[in-house]
Amino acid sequence: MKRLHYLTRAILPAMLFSICTVPTIADTVRIGFVTTLTTPAGVIGVDMKNSVELALEHIGNQMGGLDVELIFEDDGFKPDIGKQKTDKLVKQDDVDFVTGYIWSHVLLASSKSVLDAGKFLISANAGPSKMAGVLCHENFFSTSWQNDQTPMAMGQYLTEQGVKSLYIMAPNYAAGKDVVAGTESTFQGELVGKDLTKWGADAQLDFSAELAKAKASGADGLFVFYPGKAGGAFIRQYQQAGLQDELPLYSVFTVDSISLPRFQEAGMLGVLGSKMTMFWSPDLDTPGNRKFVSAYLEKHGKYPSFYGAQSYDSIMLIHSALEAVGGNLEDKDGIRAALKAANFDSVRGQYTYGNNHMPIQNFYLREVVEDDAGRWTTRIVDTVFENHQDPYASECKM
Amino acid sequence: MDWGLLLTQLMNGLQFGLLLFLLASGLTLIFGIMDFINLSHGSFYMIGAYFCGSIVARGESFFIAVLFALVGMFVVGALVEWIVARRLYRADHLDQVLATFGLILIFDAIVHIIWGPAGMAIPLPEFLDGQVSLGTLELPTYRLVIISGGLLVAGILSVLVTRSRLGMIIRAGASNQTMVEALGVNIHKLFLIVFAIGATMSGFAGMLIAPITEASIGMGNDIIIIAFVVVIVGGIGSVKGAFYASILIGLIDTLGRSYLDDLMKLFMSLDHAETAAPALSAMLIYILMAIVLAFKPQGLFPPAGIRP
Repeated sequence: MKRLHYLTRAILPAMLFSICTVPTIADTVRIGFVTTLTTPAGVIGVDMKNSVELALEHIGNQMGGLDVELIFEDDGFKPDIGKQKTDKLVKQDDVDFVTGYIWSHVLLASSKSVLDAGKFLISANAGPSKMAGVLCHENFFSTSWQNDQTPMAMGQYLTEQGVKSLYIMAPNYAAGKDVVAGTESTFQGELVGKDLTKWGADAQLDFSAELAKAKASGADGLFVFYPGKAGGAFIRQYQQAGLQDELPLYSVFTVDSISLPRFQEAGMLGVLGSKMTMFWSPDLDTPGNRKFVSAYLEKHGKYPSFYGAQSYDSIMLIHSALEAVGGNLEDKDGIRAALKAANFDSVRGQYTYGNNHMPIQNFYLREVVEDDAGRWTTRIVDTVFENHQDPYASECKM
Repeated sequence: MDWGLLLTQLMNGLQFGLLLFLLASGLTLIFGIMDFINLSHGSFYMIGAYFCGSIVARGESFFIAVLFALVGMFVVGALVEWIVARRLYRADHLDQVLATFGLILIFDAIVHIIWGPAGMAIPLPEFLDGQVSLGTLELPTYRLVIISGGLLVAGILSVLVTRSRLGMIIRAGASNQTMVEALGVNIHKLFLIVFAIGATMSGFAGMLIAPITEASIGMGNDIIIIAFVVVIVGGIGSVKGAFYASILIGLIDTLGRSYLDDLMKLFMSLDHAETAAPALSAMLIYILMAIVLAFKPQGLFPPAGIRP
């Protein structure tokens, strides 16, 4: 008994001391960023990382008086690895926000880990239909779009152009299926064929069989969705097959600032003038975008991609929310309300959030052009949708 | 039935098959003669593509680049054999798998350090970038280049293996290594040459495909699995078996991708067919391997002298 008494007496002051030194308010905010940094898709992750670092420079690495600690994780283009890395961020690093996520199947595998732990999840690219609909959550936000929207705009444009029949090719995973569904919902002509090809770290890159089918189908146009490296491979093969004269190519998320310099290097002139739909373009004239694009161009000597723009916005959105609550990370309701208000200079200009926390925003038609310095980039030609909301918002009970 | 389309798809299948053959022939010889499982054989495919791409980027023509890159690949293959592989021939298969898996990581990291993560596009000369008409068919010229390149190498290899003294020793090595050694053949030299030839052919396959898919890190790691399927279906150590199995698997894979969804729409709903067809066509070659293993466990063309 006496022994215990001594021990207690020894420990008690130590305990008191430790309580006094632990600050009651955290002085850093931790943000986890999950992206792909290895595999050929790693080029996308690099662009996102560059943009996030630029955003941190622009806000002086401060959010609402807190220092920002950013932790990048590599999902290796695999849902299981993405979930492991997310678990590590949530449990071991105890981050306050998790953002990033290029791939829909990675986001779907990882979202539960973040949301069940009561953290905020902000997708900087992936927009699977389930996260917008049945799986919508009060702590989930997006700074990109729902997967269906961009191809819906493309379907609308094709219908307006009088394209009668279409052949579709997309990768066989969650986003590929959403993109196909989006195109089908607004394209009013006939769908003469569809191929879903193998996707992931060992994705199919030789499309000879599919291109031969598309050519034989006699369609008016070919619509594809091949993000990252596969897009480059696809367009090369499309050109080598000599299809540009008989089967015009329409695409979403395939021709971007990552692939364009490489097309230019390889002298693929057929890409100039090709059209796609997107919520953003480097030439979009908003204060946030001017600042972002010019700083990125100056620092990296090339245009940022839409992945980068969305990643930049994800940091700026978190920044706006923490400024609004004065850096009080305990005030979850305040942070949530501020996130939902989207009160910041987004690269796309002002936008609002729908009930499912997906942006309600414009979608533009853009085309590939050469800029004044001789670099290939995209330019906005027309607005296809104004303040467009995704079709799954009604399935969200929020 | 659209016969033109079928013929195009057969050509596409042949092209994929020949590409597989370039990988699998080296793999089967190394596996058959040295009893060495080389998972990193796909890394030579990647390195070949990057060698070729770097030389093209210096302004050389594609053909010159291929010639120089082939020499480079022979040297790389010989170095890997000399430094790493020859220490592993007597180890058991698990050790070989672990060691060569480590080699994959090392090669991937080296490529990452030298060429960066972005991959490399390889421009083709103008006359290869177009199309040729064969009767009513119109095919990309470069696909025909791959087919002729593959057939040429297959021809050279077949002459080398069946008509030359080196080929005789190689074949003997594949069926009974101890006997060859007992007859006074310098087995180390033989192993070095076989390994380097295998690496060169694997690199050649990478150079051929890179103008289509671009060179990228880990590009060989997927195709090497299919190459192993080819080796097993064809019979370990048999170049002839590797040839027929490559063409067979190339055709099955391509035709599966082209016709399976139409076929499945005949007896199931459109939605199900669209989801199931890509999954099933990715499995077809493994189903073939299972069938071959069930009926001919030694493969379709086992080398002479191997007792079942």
